[in-house]
Amino acid sequence: MTLELRNVSKVVDGLTHIRATDLTLNKGTMNVLLGPTLSGKTSLMRLMAGLDVPTTGQVFWEGNDVTGMRVQDRKVAMVYQQFINYPSMSVYDNIASPLRLMGKSAPEIDAAVKKTADLMQLSTMLDRKPLELSGGQQQRCALARALVKDAGLVLLDEPLANLDYKLREELRVEIPKIFEEAGSIFVYATTEPEEALLLGGNTAALWKGQVRQFGLTPDVYRQPTDATTARVFSDPPMNFLKISKTGSNIMFGDGQSAAATGPLVNLADGRYLAGFRPNHVELQQKAADTLAFATTLVVTELTGSETFIHLNFQGDKWVGVVHGIHDLELGAALSVHIDQRHVYVFSEDGDLVAPAAYALAA
Amino acid sequence: MAKITLDNLAHAYYPNPKGEDDFALKELNHVWSDGEAYALLGSSGCGKSTLLNIISGLLHPSQGRILFDDKDVTQSSTADRNIAQVFQFPVVYDTMTVRANLAFPLKNRGADPQYIAQRVQQIGAMIGMEAELDKRARGLTADAKQKISLGRGMVREDVNALLFDEPLTVIDPHMKWELRTQLKSLHHEFGHTMIYVTHDQTEALTFADKVVVMFDGRVVQIGTPEELFDKPQHTFVGYFIGSPGMNVIPATISGNNAVVHGFDVPLANGYAALEGKTEIGVRPEFVMLTESEGLPVQVRRVEDVGRHKIVRAELFGNEINILVDEDQSISPDMNRITFDTSRVNVYVNDWLKPEEAA
Repeated sequence: MTLELRNVSKVVDGLTHIRATDLTLNKGTMNVLLGPTLSGKTSLMRLMAGLDVPTTGQVFWEGNDVTGMRVQDRKVAMVYQQFINYPSMSVYDNIASPLRLMGKSAPEIDAAVKKTADLMQLSTMLDRKPLELSGGQQQRCALARALVKDAGLVLLDEPLANLDYKLREELRVEIPKIFEEAGSIFVYATTEPEEALLLGGNTAALWKGQVRQFGLTPDVYRQPTDATTARVFSDPPMNFLKISKTGSNIMFGDGQSAAATGPLVNLADGRYLAGFRPNHVELQQKAADTLAFATTLVVTELTGSETFIHLNFQGDKWVGVVHGIHDLELGAALSVHIDQRHVYVFSEDGDLVAPAAYALAA
Repeated sequence: MAKITLDNLAHAYYPNPKGEDDFALKELNHVWSDGEAYALLGSSGCGKSTLLNIISGLLHPSQGRILFDDKDVTQSSTADRNIAQVFQFPVVYDTMTVRANLAFPLKNRGADPQYIAQRVQQIGAMIGMEAELDKRARGLTADAKQKISLGRGMVREDVNALLFDEPLTVIDPHMKWELRTQLKSLHHEFGHTMIYVTHDQTEALTFADKVVVMFDGRVVQIGTPEELFDKPQHTFVGYFIGSPGMNVIPATISGNNAVVHGFDVPLANGYAALEGKTEIGVRPEFVMLTESEGLPVQVRRVEDVGRHKIVRAELFGNEINILVDEDQSISPDMNRITFDTSRVNVYVNDWLKPEEAA
């Protein structure tokens, strides 16, 4: 079972919602669409579902062209951010409703509803009405309705966004397990990098209607092919700095330099954009030849186990995440270090020139 | 700005409450200091919005008083309390420009036009919308509209308190960082008393000086982020703060030793004989995966979440989570765990047991 988009694009009133996209999704996989609001996640899902017809290109399902086929005639299920259940029906009837529409027999329906309810841990609540359930249970009921159809393609549009933080955390752990058992193609839209990492599978990083990169989730995270993907897939956002390579030195800031090490040794002379993640900002120098920065501390935020430090380095705004609680003076100078192993090098246009050394080892 | 006193406060949504269960907000007595930033944290239905609505005057409590400084405002209207509020979803006047939206609260109170112009410009810069000040609000994205709501909430400098009810729900993750940082800077600069309601622990912990953790209509702990992390007073706080939350493991305690299924776990301090349900609480950050030492576990899954890995394992039939650094590798022979002794807390009937010298 595969879903293939070939050169699919969508233009509405002269505005490009989705740029020409080629994407192949395979059976039994979880595919995360990761990008900020308006990056095209929902538009792309609607094209996959057949709710919208692409302006150019074709959609293939199991090798057959389904481009013009109505959503009703496809094997598709969709779950939205707002949980949609029938309030007057019991949980059992809610889950059974798609099967009844398909004209399945009562014993078939009963078996499928019970199996799905089991999977979603709703077995003891089948007689209740949706409004007698907690938010998490209501969304699980909506998810169960999507799963029970045994649709080949299940589209989930930010399904956990309206739920409490802790509940979200629990469902994020549950969902991949459920999907492993179901065997369909899952597409899951989210704005949150952490959610993509917890879900695993594959990730497509979206930016302004374009799939910038598609691959295994940890690979896209550790080896972004451009600065845009790196930015989309980092929370807090990735930090950037202009550098230049001259001979064996890395130059940055107001005439500072450090001897190049690791992959940076082989970098051709010229100007680049360096990127590093917030968790790689260090308050102590741990390796030789780090890039050292005299920054100003703007704000600190404590989480109890970590401190987020918001820094200003010669006008660039950076965020660092450091272990432990640090009582630092706001507005004061703070020197921080970046190990060259943690530096991604991009061209000035943002294309990856050299991946961070640590990412290749991981 | 004002100090806020909650005196013997409780609320039931139905008349004639009989037992404690009938109260959505159970009796509480607290004094919140002038100029501090508080976060009310808890899952939906815990009573945090009830409490916020009582403070803002949208709801009158069924018992007790609320004081701003030393003035009883229990029966005062929202308008008379002189507070600013920002809600979960944007409230903006679509037909007005961004500038007019921001100026609205000042204009209403007859502020000097020159001051209004200057203040609106300043707030516009703070929410990053200087370039859009003369655009109409209609047609802006949801997060742009919410930024206007935030800006309007902060435009008046003379309010008693600023109340935020889940204000960043509709904002993109990247923008959340920026807006939270700005709120935080603003708090440092002006010293407003701020109350921020959220179910998101990261937001609560990073925003507030003091976090008020609520559970089932009760305040279970008020503390700094560090206190909530290091010494959760209740197992619920341990579970709710931290991602994943604290591991809670049934154990027998004697002196400065805990016994888990026949295995000794040393404790930093001694305890007198304890009665009731006894457990130890250890955060995933302070559990170490080893090859030879400690308690036996079966590793079920390893989740790579970027800057660390979450190891989900089983310890005598109970789930236990372990955090491992990004650059630490996990070998198949790692099937034992040890704890950082100084980070093991002891709970009796779910409440933290203070340490005693043995």
